Amino acid sequence: MTLELIVAFFMVVSLVIYALMGGADFGGGMWDFLATGPRAQRQKEAIAEAIGPIWEANHVWLILVIVLLFTGFPPAFSAMMTALNIPFTLILIGIVLRGSAFVFRKYDRDVAVVQRRWSVLFGVSSFFTPFVEGITVGALATGNIRIVDGKLTSGFLAGWLTPFAFVCGIFAVALFAFLAATYLTVDTSDDPELQNDFRQRAIWSGLTLAPIALIAFLTARKDAPDIFDGLTRWWAPLLLGWTSCFAVAALIALWRRRYVFARIAAIGQVVLILSGWSLAQYPNFVTPDLTFANSAAPQATLRLLIIALGAGAILLLPSLYFLFHIFKGDETR
Amino acid sequence: MSDFLFARSQMAMSLAFHIIFAAIGIGLPVLMAVAEAAYLRTKKPVYLDLAKRWSRGAAILFAVGAVSGTVLAFELGLLWPGFMEKAGAIIGMPFSLEGFAFFAEAIFLGLYLYGWNRLSPILHWVCGILVAIGGTLSGIFVVTANAWMNAPAGFRMVNGKPTDIDPIAAMLNPASLHEVIHMTLAAFIATGFAVAAVHAFFLLRDRESAFHRSALGISLAVACVCAPLQIVSGDFSARKVAKLQPAKLAAMEAHYHTQNGAPLIIGGLPNDKSETVAGALHIPRGLSLLVARDPDARITGLEEFPRDQWPDVRIVHLSFDLMVACGLYLLALSITAACLWLKNRRLPDRGWILRGIILAGPLGFLAMEAGWTVTEVGRQPWIIYNVMRTHEAVTPMPGIAIPFFAFTALYIFLAISVFFLLRRQFLRSPEAATEKSA
Ligand code: HDD
Ligand code: HEM
Ligand code: HEM
Repeated sequence: MTLELIVAFFMVVSLVIYALMGGADFGGGMWDFLATGPRAQRQKEAIAEAIGPIWEANHVWLILVIVLLFTGFPPAFSAMMTALNIPFTLILIGIVLRGSAFVFRKYDRDVAVVQRRWSVLFGVSSFFTPFVEGITVGALATGNIRIVDGKLTSGFLAGWLTPFAFVCGIFAVALFAFLAATYLTVDTSDDPELQNDFRQRAIWSGLTLAPIALIAFLTARKDAPDIFDGLTRWWAPLLLGWTSCFAVAALIALWRRRYVFARIAAIGQVVLILSGWSLAQYPNFVTPDLTFANSAAPQATLRLLIIALGAGAILLLPSLYFLFHIFKGDETR
Repeated sequence: MSDFLFARSQMAMSLAFHIIFAAIGIGLPVLMAVAEAAYLRTKKPVYLDLAKRWSRGAAILFAVGAVSGTVLAFELGLLWPGFMEKAGAIIGMPFSLEGFAFFAEAIFLGLYLYGWNRLSPILHWVCGILVAIGGTLSGIFVVTANAWMNAPAGFRMVNGKPTDIDPIAAMLNPASLHEVIHMTLAAFIATGFAVAAVHAFFLLRDRESAFHRSALGISLAVACVCAPLQIVSGDFSARKVAKLQPAKLAAMEAHYHTQNGAPLIIGGLPNDKSETVAGALHIPRGLSLLVARDPDARITGLEEFPRDQWPDVRIVHLSFDLMVACGLYLLALSITAACLWLKNRRLPDRGWILRGIILAGPLGFLAMEAGWTVTEVGRQPWIIYNVMRTHEAVTPMPGIAIPFFAFTALYIFLAISVFFLLRRQFLRSPEAATEKSA
């Protein structure tokens, strides 16, 4: 395996973990916004308790993706940040508002009006940010972004204004909502009523995923032919098959209240979706002009980066495990 | 204003905003760790109260630090794609290491803030120490990236492409040492005096509050140790700059004409046309003495450089003098406070010294902002000194005014919210500060 593929692999891993962790935090924000019924306040509290200690750490996975991108693939970073300047700026505004609204709400006055104001900001940005993130990832696959001789020739609107990209955005929102609700069923095991609320939310949002995925697939034929071709390669049915199995398993487990199992199945589903995506995207970074190979940094940089990643993993993974063990460890037992 | 100017303004505004929270992210964990250590040793509940109260502030401030830092990471590409395309492979290394340091910081911060009842006291304290280490390391790494922009090393430019890249040499570039020392001290000073100022303010009203006395003691001690060191470190920085970036030094000192035995020019309004400084105080041979330790030394003036390589002399000179003035005030205050403290064996709590400390609160941050202005504006017109000009790096994206105004509005909103939230945390009585839940 060449060095740039190792770095790319780490990037995909970080992206998957960001989706699993940070994505669920976004989902939590959505359910906070949609909290209804007699237990609305308890739902909000459960969500805040689940997100509180871990959201900053979860969010660093995105930073890791960005840093790996600009260290390992500088031309791809520059091209993406130029061509997708507008959606990335929107993402940033969303990230800023969401992170701060969440913390501000916790430390502001416990008065309904004040709390509601921060809640709305937190909720809206929790929908908005992953929606634009999905659009951006989708845009990379469309093939509309063209870079000729290192210069962007397709302008600043290419790719991300396609129906395909928008469907990707909607898919990201639905996926994160589903993930969050599924996790929350485990987090609320001490309160069966609340658990059932999240169970229903997980099932409903899980059910929306299939039709959205189908629309994405159909719009890909026209808007993102490379991904479409990728998804019709020999391994695709296999991957698709497994993804569907996990999706169905997660729903059945939720239905039968096997929450820990449902969480594992949901995680498997997300891992497969994103790895399938990366495989379909391979070998392109920004389809079609920038590939992993032609945008990679020099070997010396990549080698050091991989060493740093290894060392960082050795130091950080145990710490991360400890964090989750302390705050989430007692729930699965 | 052109898109280019808006891009520069947006970068400057985002950095100036982030650096406040970044400095607090470096300094405050140290204060919390000291307070908690004091509690572990003396078992006096007031120290525990203090650590908890500070950690409530930390939760708010760190969140803003994290989101504004994320904005910066993207902005490097959103505003300066030409720069990142060339520099990414060279200075990505410190940014990656910085990423790991953030991870450590964020993980242990989560444990620290939410783990009061879940971790043993010692383990909790260790988490606090690790937050402090993570914060300091992240600052150190990112400053080496900035130092590289001032003293590029670890690569060769061949036909506009960087080759022979050595990321380690780039990280250990000639400007790293002085910038890292100076910035790390700055973070402790700015945070220390700001925290001290808040508690001095409350002490003015209630001289005997044990809570505010111990808070002032800890924060003032940290700040008073660092402030004198900062003067030594600043002098070291200036002599390094004289060697590495003579045009920047000349601009800092508003020194237009190369001469032996150059005077130190303090204040005044530099005028590039007439190459004079109106209304300044001149100290004969001062500059030569400070820079070379020799009253007759020859100091290069701006006239040796083509006009298009001059930074904005007014901004750089006045910012530099502002930083030095703040530094000297903080030095005087530290010495006075330390003398009173040692002489009376009691926290200095006379009205006038408390007022002096309150005044120092904003000055630490002011010095830091001014210092960064010196470093960054003094580097102009280069984004990578002597290698790439800033205008070559800017994004082709039109309409940068829109994100500039959007982020400015956003940050003003955040700043106001943070102000009121912090005030709220401070105004609650200390007894109510104990966490209500786990
Ligand atoms: C609390 C903050 C603070 C204080 C009291 C001082 N400084 Fe400073 N200074 C900074 C905070 C700072 C800074 C914001 O942290 C900078 C920006 C870049 C850097 O490395 O540190 C800086 C930069 C900086 C530079 C430019 C370095 C470069 O561009 O490479 C010089 C020459 C000095 N300082 C010199 C001094 C002197 C002579 C001081 C004392 C009288 C002084 N500073 C006090
Ligand atoms: C260590 C991290 C830093 C990095 C990597 C960095 C990088 C940059 C970059 C890429 C630019 C735009 C290009 C240019 O104008 O040359 C810039 C400009 C600027 N930065 Fe920094 N910077 C850092 C720290 C800071 C801090 C903490 C401040 C605080 C005030 C600051 C103030 C400015 C200003 C005022 C400008 C605009 C200069 C001008 O255009 O005249 N920088 N910086
Ligand atoms: C001298 C300049 C800088 C210093 C000393 C500094 C230091 C720090 C510190 C201590 C933190 C943790 C803040 C907290 O938790 O409150 C932080 C956060 C952050 N900084 Fe900076 N920083 C600087 C400039 C930059 C620049 C130029 C970038 C752009 C790449 C950047 C990117 C980030 C990011 C992404 C975070 C968020 C990390 C997280 O989620 O915890 N910083 N910075």
